[in-house]
Amino acid sequence: MTEAQPATRRVAIDPLTRVEGHGKITLRLGEDGKVLQARLHIVEFRGFERFIQGRPYWEVPVMVQRLCGICPVSHHLAASKALDVVLGATPTPTANAVRRLMHYGQILQSHALHFFHLASPDLLFGFDSEAGRRNLQAVAAEYPELARQGVLLRRFGQEVIRITAGKRVHGTGSLPGGVNKAVTAADRDALAAALPEVLGWAREGVALVKRLHRERWELYESFGSAESGLLSLVGRDGRLELYDGVLRARSAHGALLLDGVDPARYREHFAEEVKPWSYMKFPYLTALGPERGTYKVGPLARLQNCDFIHTPLAEAERVEFREAHHGELTHAPLAYHWARLVELLHAAEVVGELLAAPELLGSELLARGERTGEGVGVIEAPRGTLIHHYRVGADDLVTSCNLIVSTTHNNQAMNDAVAQVARRYLDGVEPTEPLLNHLEVAIRAFDPCLSCATHALGKMPLEVVVVDAGGAEVGRAEKRGG
Amino acid sequence: MKKLKVATASLAGCFGCHMSLLDIDERLFTLLEKVELDRSPLTDFKQFGPCDLGLVEGGLCNAENVEVLRELRRHCKVLVAVGACAINGGLPAQRNHLDVRECLTSVYGRTVPDDPELPLPLDRVHAINDVVKVDYFLPGCPPSAEALWHFLDDFLNGRTPHLGHGLISYD
Repeated sequence: MTEAQPATRRVAIDPLTRVEGHGKITLRLGEDGKVLQARLHIVEFRGFERFIQGRPYWEVPVMVQRLCGICPVSHHLAASKALDVVLGATPTPTANAVRRLMHYGQILQSHALHFFHLASPDLLFGFDSEAGRRNLQAVAAEYPELARQGVLLRRFGQEVIRITAGKRVHGTGSLPGGVNKAVTAADRDALAAALPEVLGWAREGVALVKRLHRERWELYESFGSAESGLLSLVGRDGRLELYDGVLRARSAHGALLLDGVDPARYREHFAEEVKPWSYMKFPYLTALGPERGTYKVGPLARLQNCDFIHTPLAEAERVEFREAHHGELTHAPLAYHWARLVELLHAAEVVGELLAAPELLGSELLARGERTGEGVGVIEAPRGTLIHHYRVGADDLVTSCNLIVSTTHNNQAMNDAVAQVARRYLDGVEPTEPLLNHLEVAIRAFDPCLSCATHALGKMPLEVVVVDAGGAEVGRAEKRGG
Repeated sequence: MKKLKVATASLAGCFGCHMSLLDIDERLFTLLEKVELDRSPLTDFKQFGPCDLGLVEGGLCNAENVEVLRELRRHCKVLVAVGACAINGGLPAQRNHLDVRECLTSVYGRTVPDDPELPLPLDRVHAINDVVKVDYFLPGCPPSAEALWHFLDDFLNGRTPHLGHGLISYD
């Protein structure tokens, strides 16, 4: 006689929509309708890190950007930075300016895409509005001016990328040691002429998201909120810095856990866990362990991790954001939207700075140096800290590749948000479509890039926990990084 | 005029082809006046309805990709393979010279994720016309916004899509 298993019911949201890539959410409901389990699964495996091995290193920046069509520039530049180190080359001021311009153009377009094209219907129409209305088409019909500004903001960011990288999606502008394309005075002037309008739209975007957040403060601050640490790059002086800086991590209440850490030493500070139900790993700060060491990355982490923003409009918004939260850290996923729009404004301001910088139009594009065998490149991608790490043999072929992508860092935070929202809205209640959308609203706030996330195949120290059907731990194994 | 129904799917791709579609910029509004989006990563419809046009980005890397593709083919009159991955597997097909088991164990060690919720990976990444009939192929990584717009403009106005030399690129 076997003991009867308690009956459970599976509810799935499959596929997740208005996010990039492939994922689904599953719920296990008990007989009484109580939520027993809520999980975000990443369902795709691709293996970029594995097949990069054996390729000539100079191919890598154009190969790895195919990880993601929304933020190809992040991978393009993180790989270029890592391979600068392999080449022993310090990029010229002009190359740095061109790459920075490309990067901030991408932050601008990606943040605009996420808010206006993907997430805004939830915030404008309500989380439980009908499914057929929750898309860009309805936003265009009901808020035509807002939709137009979103499209034009994104267009500007894409044009910055086209001018610096050669193409809007999967350009070829950056390469190990520098860039291969100079910016012309005509291109610079065209972008500069469009900038005032762009700044205006960006400010309107911040105003909108701030108003939405303030109007429903209680809901927005509590929805899916779960405490965790924060991780991002910051400048050496503590500023918000997205292209090149040092690692900083804070605890859930703001205490500094890491600061001034050379990104090349990332492996000393992070480890990853595998769970059998997702291809996406679960990273954590080694010092705190897998339970307490989880953290968030991305706009919300960055805005609260930095000491200041060096551009005036975004700094005023940062101060307002912090004051609205009485100087305390917020862990609310929906506050990501607010932070993201502040960053969009910041990106537009930085584009303006770079367009005015005389080195942008220089002709020294490539540098050389003393060849080494290994390099780490870290960048703040639109969605958070992105780490590329390569080893290259004397024959110029890549021997190992480790990528830790932004969305992976947020894995635990997204699962926590889903579990919290599931318990709040679905416990003992019939799961209707509008209620299920609440779970997706929580996930979308993180702006996950799930196809990037499927590549988090690191050589990090790896811990495996085996649990029985009831979730109790029955075994644990560890594999050190190779 | 009745709006044409258009579905889009992103299989084993990077979303770059969808991005290129959005790169038609303000012409997006002209497009949205003429079409109604069905299931797509851009809408919240989880099932395909009857469609006039289906745009597929990405190749086939797991069983779920195959199911979604077959569903879409069943529901649409005209199916377009958009971009390098849909046409020949693209960059993800680089794993085809590796053993998928070896690839997975090199990444996850002995505990390769194997939950029933995870679709089975295919041993090789396939182009979509290995599995379904494809009506048009739109090459590029990604096809440019101009190429996508030209195609859609022809299609929506009842002309046989014809891109000509300048808009076709393989990169």
